[in-house]
Order: sequence, then C-alpha cells, then structure tokens
Amino acid sequence: MLAIQTQLFEAQDVRFAPIDYETHPEVESKWTHDAEFMRLMELKPIRPLSPEMVKKQYETIEKEMEEDKNLYYFSIHAKADNQFIGKAMIEWIDWAHGNGFLRLGIGSAAHRRKGYGSQALRMLLRFAFDELNLYRVTAVVPAYNEGAIKLFQKFGFMEEVRRRKAIHRDNEFWDLVAFGLLNAEWREQVNGQG
Amino acid sequence: MKDIYRGALVRLAAESPEAMAKAYLKWDVDSEFHRLADSAPAQLWSQKKLKEFIEKNDEKQGDSSFRFSIRTLENDLLIGGAGLWIQRWNLGDAWLGIFIGEREYWGKGYGSDAMRLLAAYGFSELNLRRITLGLHSYNERALKSYQKVGFQLEGRVRGEGMRDGVRYDSLYMGILREEWLKMHLPSP
Repeated sequence: MLAIQTQLFEAQDVRFAPIDYETHPEVESKWTHDAEFMRLMELKPIRPLSPEMVKKQYETIEKEMEEDKNLYYFSIHAKADNQFIGKAMIEWIDWAHGNGFLRLGIGSAAHRRKGYGSQALRMLLRFAFDELNLYRVTAVVPAYNEGAIKLFQKFGFMEEVRRRKAIHRDNEFWDLVAFGLLNAEWREQVNGQG
Repeated sequence: MKDIYRGALVRLAAESPEAMAKAYLKWDVDSEFHRLADSAPAQLWSQKKLKEFIEKNDEKQGDSSFRFSIRTLENDLLIGGAGLWIQRWNLGDAWLGIFIGEREYWGKGYGSDAMRLLAAYGFSELNLRRITLGLHSYNERALKSYQKVGFQLEGRVRGEGMRDGVRYDSLYMGILREEWLKMHLPSP
C-alpha cells in the first residue's frame, strides 16, 4: 500500500539530517580520534582527521551524490537535543541489478547502546526498499564487530559470503562477512508486523 | 496595468540563493513533501550544496527558464516555488512546475492561487500557446487544484513510478491559450 505520508527521515528518537558544514566537521573530527569506533566503522587503515579534512570528505560525498547518483548519505541526529550522533548511507548502488551496500555507525559514545543504531537501520532499510526500490542490500562486516552482526541478524539479514581471514588487525586475521537482505524478505517482515 | 505578480493569497517573487537554500533545508526533511513534488528519490542535501544548485539554476534564469518563489500576502512568508520552462519558443509551449514546501499551507488554496498567477504570466507575459505539467497519480490534491485552474488530463504513463513497493502512474495535463482566455479574460 502506498504510504507517501509516512515520514522517511523520522524515527522515534532519531532523525536523518543533511550534512551541516558549520557544526558537523568539528564533531566528526572527534569521532575519527576514537580508534575503537573507527576500526568498527572502517575496513581501510584508520587515521585521525582534522575538521578541515572532514569537510573535504563531505564535499566529496555530496559531489558523488550529485554526479554519480549511486550514493545516499544521511547524518543521524538525536531528536531530544538535535545532536549529530552518527551517519548512515547506502553506497555503491548498482542500479542495473538493484543492489546497494549499507553502512552506518553511531560516532557519539554517549549515544551508543540505546537502540539508536537500530532505529537508523530501520529507516535506512525502508529508504532502500520503499524509495530507491532496490532489490537487495548488502552489509559487509568484519567478524570482530559482534554488535553489527547481531544488529543485521535481528533485521533478518542472512550470512551470504564469508571471506576467510580477510582482515588483518592487531596481528590477528579475521573473517570478513557479507550479509544480505532481499526486498521481498524485508517486506514480508514489515507486513507481518501489521 | 495589472500587477501580474499578486494574487488573492500569494505573490510571485525572487529570493537570494541563501534564503531559498535555507527554505529547502527545512522543506526537504519532510519526505511527504518531496514524494508529492518529485519522482527522484527523496534525499537530504547540505545548505551549502543547495545554494550551489540554486546559483547554477539562477544562471539560466531569463532565457528559457522563468522561476519564482511564492510568498504569502498576509505575512510575507516564503512557502514555495514555481517556474515555467519553455521547451521551444517557436511552438510557445512551456512546462510548469510548482510546489508548496510549508505543509501548513497545503490544501488551503495557496497553491491554486499561485497556479493562476503562473498561468497568467505564461499566457499574458510570455504569450504562450499552451502549458504542460506532470504529476504523480497519487497526488489527488494537486490533480484537483490543476483541474480547478483549468488544466485538463492529457495523458497517463502507466506504472512509470514505484514507491512503497507499489507502481503508480505519471499523469500529464495541459491547458491551451484559448481555454485560459475564455476562463480569465485579462483586464487591460
């Protein structure tokens, strides 16, 4: 059923917001100095970023959104105080096959473990399936990121690919797991909830 | 001469890119607004990027694109935007686009009032022969408003769009110069 009036960018405690060049670079620069968060969020070697470097990244993101149209990027704000707490995106969209890759993280330590990531993922999935009409989405997670694995499993993602010992960190090798969720599976869940 | 920018509820105006970007920043987070107005996926842009888009559009102003902001007469609030885009001058055909971003002004005649101004501008200032517009089949409020102003349904592209897992149609409407003149003979 068409539900045009149901807001795509508003959940109970969080909302999606656009990039704010005035206030976000300072905040995200702080997150990039949190090595633990960054190693959960990124597969590439991490590095701390200055606010200026973050700003440059934002410009690159919006340029890609405008020109390539295969990236949809959202800042996550807590509704209570409108604080910038994380980011969520669908990237590398392959329109011909209707596949996109999901990534999200709560950068603000004070806002973790409150279910905000879960609310953001719910919005991101509805956006992927109800607005972008993707056929499926993929999430790629290193095996040490147990929080993310639990979250994706909770939303019905299936483990599809396990690249053995593909991530080398702290002199240890970890599997890299790709989870997938199909539009039809997601819709069945949502309809089932009534 | 008649003030062709002023209607009963709204007037057509121009905004600085800064002011328009700020307004879009507010309206875009309302995904219902976006989904009524646009078939591209709803997405959120920074104020900086919005300003860039607007500046780029403003450069094209005047030759074949005529864009306006919509402001209320009672408190001069910026509530939306509209425009006419000439396809071919020799044919005198233009595409019309209009949106009301402020949801408190939906369904109260503000959009229809702006539509009348826009059509009048098209026919009595640009001397168009016809005006064309498109809408989503689920946008019943827009359909009624366009019909009220005198537009007729001309086409239906079946299942062109999909949202919430449901296919919908794209509708096309148009109004001819003679039809407009019959309805609203311009006072000299």
